[in-house]
Amino acid sequence: MTVLEKISRRDFLKATGVSSSGLLIGAALPTTLRADVLQRPSGDALNLFVSLREDGTVEIIAHRSEMGTGIRTSLPQVVADEMEADWDRVTVIQGLASADYGSQNTDGSRSVRNFYTVMRQMGAAARSMLESSAAQRWDVPVSECRASNHRVVHSDGRSIGFGELATSAAEQPLPALDSLPLKSAADFRYIGKDVPSVDLADMTTGATTYGVDVALPGMLYASIERRPVMGTSIESFSADAAKKVRGVVAVEVIKGTDPNGFKPIEGVAVIADKTWSAIKGRQALAATWTDSAHNSHSADVYLDELMDAVSSKPGVVARERGDVDAALAAGKRVSASYRTPYLAHASMEPPMATAYVTEQGCEVWACTQTPQATQQTVAEVLGLAPEKVTVNVTLLGGGFGRKSKPDFSAEAALLSRAVGKPVQVVWTREDDIRHDYFHSCCAQHYEASIDESGAVTGWLARQATPPIDTTWDASADLMSDGSLSQTFGSIPFAIPNLRLEGHRAPAHARIGWLRSVYNIPFGFGVGSFVDELAHAADKDPAAFWIELIGEDRLLDFAPEGFEFSNYGKPLSEYPYDTARFKGVIRELTETIPWGESLPAGQGWGIAAARSFLSYVAVACKVSVEGDQLKVLEMHSVIDAGLVVNPDRVHAQMEGAMIFGLSLALMGEITFEGGEPQQSNFHDYPVARINQVPRVIRNTITASDAPPAGVGEPGVPPVAPAIANAVFAATGKRHRTLPLNKAYRV
Amino acid sequence: MKITVNGKQRTVDVEPDTPLLWVLRDELAMRGTKFGCGAGLCGACTVHMDGKAMRACVLPVSAVGDAEIRTIEGLSEDGSHPLQQAWADHNVPQCGYCQSGQIMSAAALLAVNAMPSDEEIDTAMAGNICRCGTYPRIRAAIRQAAEAEQS
Repeated sequence: MTVLEKISRRDFLKATGVSSSGLLIGAALPTTLRADVLQRPSGDALNLFVSLREDGTVEIIAHRSEMGTGIRTSLPQVVADEMEADWDRVTVIQGLASADYGSQNTDGSRSVRNFYTVMRQMGAAARSMLESSAAQRWDVPVSECRASNHRVVHSDGRSIGFGELATSAAEQPLPALDSLPLKSAADFRYIGKDVPSVDLADMTTGATTYGVDVALPGMLYASIERRPVMGTSIESFSADAAKKVRGVVAVEVIKGTDPNGFKPIEGVAVIADKTWSAIKGRQALAATWTDSAHNSHSADVYLDELMDAVSSKPGVVARERGDVDAALAAGKRVSASYRTPYLAHASMEPPMATAYVTEQGCEVWACTQTPQATQQTVAEVLGLAPEKVTVNVTLLGGGFGRKSKPDFSAEAALLSRAVGKPVQVVWTREDDIRHDYFHSCCAQHYEASIDESGAVTGWLARQATPPIDTTWDASADLMSDGSLSQTFGSIPFAIPNLRLEGHRAPAHARIGWLRSVYNIPFGFGVGSFVDELAHAADKDPAAFWIELIGEDRLLDFAPEGFEFSNYGKPLSEYPYDTARFKGVIRELTETIPWGESLPAGQGWGIAAARSFLSYVAVACKVSVEGDQLKVLEMHSVIDAGLVVNPDRVHAQMEGAMIFGLSLALMGEITFEGGEPQQSNFHDYPVARINQVPRVIRNTITASDAPPAGVGEPGVPPVAPAIANAVFAATGKRHRTLPLNKAYRV
Repeated sequence: MKITVNGKQRTVDVEPDTPLLWVLRDELAMRGTKFGCGAGLCGACTVHMDGKAMRACVLPVSAVGDAEIRTIEGLSEDGSHPLQQAWADHNVPQCGYCQSGQIMSAAALLAVNAMPSDEEIDTAMAGNICRCGTYPRIRAAIRQAAEAEQS
């Protein structure tokens, strides 16, 4: 528990006023950023996450990034509950980048699961200090004092408000976190309740501050023309033409590196007094670029090659048990190959960052999922010590993994240094889609054998996927066990013989994480193939899933040579529990009229996956009339262990189903000549309201297991559930995404 | 150049082809109207021009003329518009970025169609993308606001 140790040590420093990492350079306050987004607790801090003002206001730090999950509400509501604070008197303050908080990487669906206990301890520590301080004031044993709803109450009935205790409570020694008593679940005031988002009122009135909304006095705006193909460099451009545009003040080159990791890719920046001037100036650059080894990359041709490899040649073995070749030779053989494209993130707010470099250092304001990586990367490109870089986290207009990469903040920092003024880098939608860290394309091939009883006796799977590791190591071309832990390698099926293999697939584009990552293609491959096997065995697909998973047990993949990453958690803490996997499938089929007879051209499909430690099953009902495919209903069940804010979990699942619908029906980035062929929502469509079913319903499995991930796990089963429903409706099996290749959607 | 925004006449010194979006944001510091695509494809920049929903990212400021522009900041004094209240009741926003535009499109719809059907809601709102997928709650909030206005 290194995080806890670190936090508890830092808390002590913070509470005693020894440590202060809050830093604001000069008077460069953004004009639109609310003050409470910037400040950190000062002398009235009870610990790193909680401070109490004399007027009774409790300030709770949100150290994670808000991109729509509701985390700025959920974690503070945990603190407030343990502290016995009145939620109406809580103000949430966005924390700066600081290692004090432990990891701030808001990705991997891990904010609640990694910080639920920490937040409870922070709240409990504050409560304990308030009780001790009241006991001192009344000169009574602390055991007679109890915090309750923003007051400390003595057993004789007298009470005192939190605010009156603010100063003396902050002087109390920090209690030992590990021995603090925590509330019992029956006493929870906010945990498990639908607390509305703290940003709700601002979001409905346009008063929020996202990355693009930061405005500093004297700030300039930059629009950057970037290389069109991986590996190319600037050959020529016309700075003079750009400077003829009204408002343009400078043209600056940003040098790139390969692989670029978290750093900027090569480009020419046009810097102007206003956003529109920068965009217009950029259009005048007429930049040309050198050749690159990736100039011939075609996604279609490349996927053809990968599909050929996985369907015809043995690969590198990642996991094996029994003798799959013998099993395949003996049983009824079923085989299928699946093909999934590159995808772009397309968050509604493109990447946006503002930086101001002065002699004292650099201050950044950005819609980032990773404030500390931003601090580190900006420090690296500027040649500064990380403590000279302050990173303010704005709200994020969506993230989905794109904003885990701090390249855009590094661009802003380099440009601010070049012109000596604050600079906001504005990514256009075209920049966002054409220069994304793309979700990887993927080829998969499956073979299985079925005996006379309909039982599966052998499972052979092969994949070829350009790995994310190429972001840092251009020579990486084979998926690691860690990456394969996302569904492909961690299938839970009780099949006596299996072998999982991988082929090499070098990258020809920047590859990144997209909401649920490799679980998207592998969820589609596994989720579709199970359905194919069910039909081959003439069994009900839902019952077949449960049968294939087999008896209740906790899985361990080590004996089969597979290093299962389990999303960074030990199996002792978060076991892979087949009973819970089957549980969500059963619960789902009880939620919907599974097995109902439908008119011709309609069908139900089901799929399930365990990802980010949660178990999710999704069922979709579709209709196919002529070439028109419509998704009529979507239903999900999630077992995410203990849930802090049910409404936000439902919201994440609704959103995940629609995100999955987008990629299943219409998501595709193609490359020709090394260049992405899509650039905006006209050629990279995402789901619109008229494409979304009227019925979208999520059920949360009641569970007291430790909290698991929520933001991502809803996505993986969606695409296979839709494709399986199309098969049920039409008898046509679709193994290539997106489905708009075959239907109007 | 003079334009009228939320009932106030404003003077701006910009090139005539500057999209209204950037005039609102960079010149008038009204940043509730968002940039999403720059091509009229996503609706994040939706404002009202004489009551009609318009995409400010593709509307040159020179085309505004004497028309009355209303932005999210001017929809109500205090967030009390029935749609804003319905949005809060349904806890609609996730990231929130598209919601100014969603609410402005919905307000323009209700202004001409007090009780829209589900089909009409879908049609009117199809120009506004929400990547977080808040569509089911947007539909529910619009229905609630319409019903609240009727009663």
